[in-house]
Amino acid sequence: MTVTTYAKKTFFLLGLPLILLTLWWVASAGSTNPFWPSLQTILQAFPETWTMERLASDMVPSLARLGIGFSLAVVGGIVGGTAIGLSPTLRALSEPVLEFFRAVPPPVLVPIIALFAGYTGWLGKIVTIALGCLWPILLNTVEGVRGLEPTLTDTAKSYRLSWWRRLLFVVLPGSSPRIFTGARQALSIGVILMVISELFGANRGLGASIVQFQRSFAIPQMWTGIILLGLIGVLLAAIFKVVETRMLAWYMGQRQIERGE
Amino acid sequence: MSSASATLESPATSGPKPRTRSRRPRRSRGVWLGIVGVLIVLVGAETLSRTGIVNPDFLPPVTEMYATLFQMLGEGWFWESLWLTLRGWAVGLGAAMVLGVLAGFVIGSIPFLRAFTNSTIEFLRPIPSVALIPLVVLLWGTQPQSAFVLVVYAAFWQVLVQVLYGVADVDPVARDTARSYQFGPLRIARSVIYPTALPYIMTAFRLAAAVALILEITAELVIGVPGLGREIGIAQSSAAVPETYALVIVVGLIGVAVNLMARFAEKKMLWWHPSMRSEHS
Repeated sequence: MTVTTYAKKTFFLLGLPLILLTLWWVASAGSTNPFWPSLQTILQAFPETWTMERLASDMVPSLARLGIGFSLAVVGGIVGGTAIGLSPTLRALSEPVLEFFRAVPPPVLVPIIALFAGYTGWLGKIVTIALGCLWPILLNTVEGVRGLEPTLTDTAKSYRLSWWRRLLFVVLPGSSPRIFTGARQALSIGVILMVISELFGANRGLGASIVQFQRSFAIPQMWTGIILLGLIGVLLAAIFKVVETRMLAWYMGQRQIERGE
Repeated sequence: MSSASATLESPATSGPKPRTRSRRPRRSRGVWLGIVGVLIVLVGAETLSRTGIVNPDFLPPVTEMYATLFQMLGEGWFWESLWLTLRGWAVGLGAAMVLGVLAGFVIGSIPFLRAFTNSTIEFLRPIPSVALIPLVVLLWGTQPQSAFVLVVYAAFWQVLVQVLYGVADVDPVARDTARSYQFGPLRIARSVIYPTALPYIMTAFRLAAAVALILEITAELVIGVPGLGREIGIAQSSAAVPETYALVIVVGLIGVAVNLMARFAEKKMLWWHPSMRSEHS
């Protein structure tokens, strides 16, 4: 019984990916088109291209900038979002302004920030990532705080929970599902900005080196870069999901009960 | 919607009618406060720049940005770039919506396909579409196809995943109720699945519209596909600071318009849905 369940699970998990990879392998096998090298060539180029030194000099700075920028956005978004969400006046005051900033496509921040700080160091890149990630977290926090069950907040008030306790035990947990929604959107924007910020200004970093491969027509190497970026995206999404499931376990359980499953 | 869907949806807890009177003054107060907020930001930025607290070479006075903006409105290249950007956005978004909804309905309604494709979708979805930039540059250079591929790739996953959620979110109780009333599969699809999935499709549209705009502008800015994004890049590299800001403002306003349009479409399509009706509270 368990063996068949495992077999089934493995089949569903790996079936399609294996089929697709095989198709790619076969279809590209004798490829003479320089833009589409065979999968074999790409896979062979991978370990040669992404040696430990290269990973340390390109990937680590990229991810570090992403991590710093994203964390700043999370802190700023939650603090700002809670403040705006709790005060109707502040919300009305800031709503159109926030709508505008949210609507500006984050990549156009790069030229603006480049005006201020130039674009060679870490600072400009981190600011770009942080500003791009800020809006989805901020706006979702506002929505989450605003959407709190009034009975819940009233009960907390009538039990005379202090302001801080209400914030810590009622407001923040209550809005955390929305905060996570915002953070998830922000993470994918952050990865995009991590790459884009490196396309400007001669620098090290994943984005920079992939463009370098492309410009020097090192096509298999370029492909390994694309695959590496893909893997990073997948890995970050997976880590995010683990954190989210752990922190929102209560919420998911509650939803399941509500839906009668 | 037939009466069938009305019985299956939970009734709205509060009709909007009795609230309108008390809501109106609050709403207009909100609008006024919003205008005040915008003015504070504009005046604040103008002051920062005029007093030199922020170097006006980096942040020109807001009035100057808008003067440049109005000047641009009289120039042909501006309108052409605007048209190219909007066209690229709309075409890419349309393609992604069609593909995403079709794929979502097919995959979502066949349990085997859903389980079989799940791992692949979860893997492909988080791949940042900007990773494809070097490839599309090689294939199409600065032609609009480059932007099209990036836009469709990015927006497609947003749509697909939402539609999958939507098809999966059909309330089992509602479906069983419909079954026990001997509804045929077509009628279930129309009165149970469609009303459940539609809000998700509209959400997908809203998300995809924003993502499509981001990728269209990105492609123009980074690759040099003709459009407003490219003009921003050109303005910045030729140190035309007010133009850079003016174009960024235009792009932001397009973004606002896109969001408003998506929300308007949502309201129009979902006026009957509880989530819309309870928004009045």
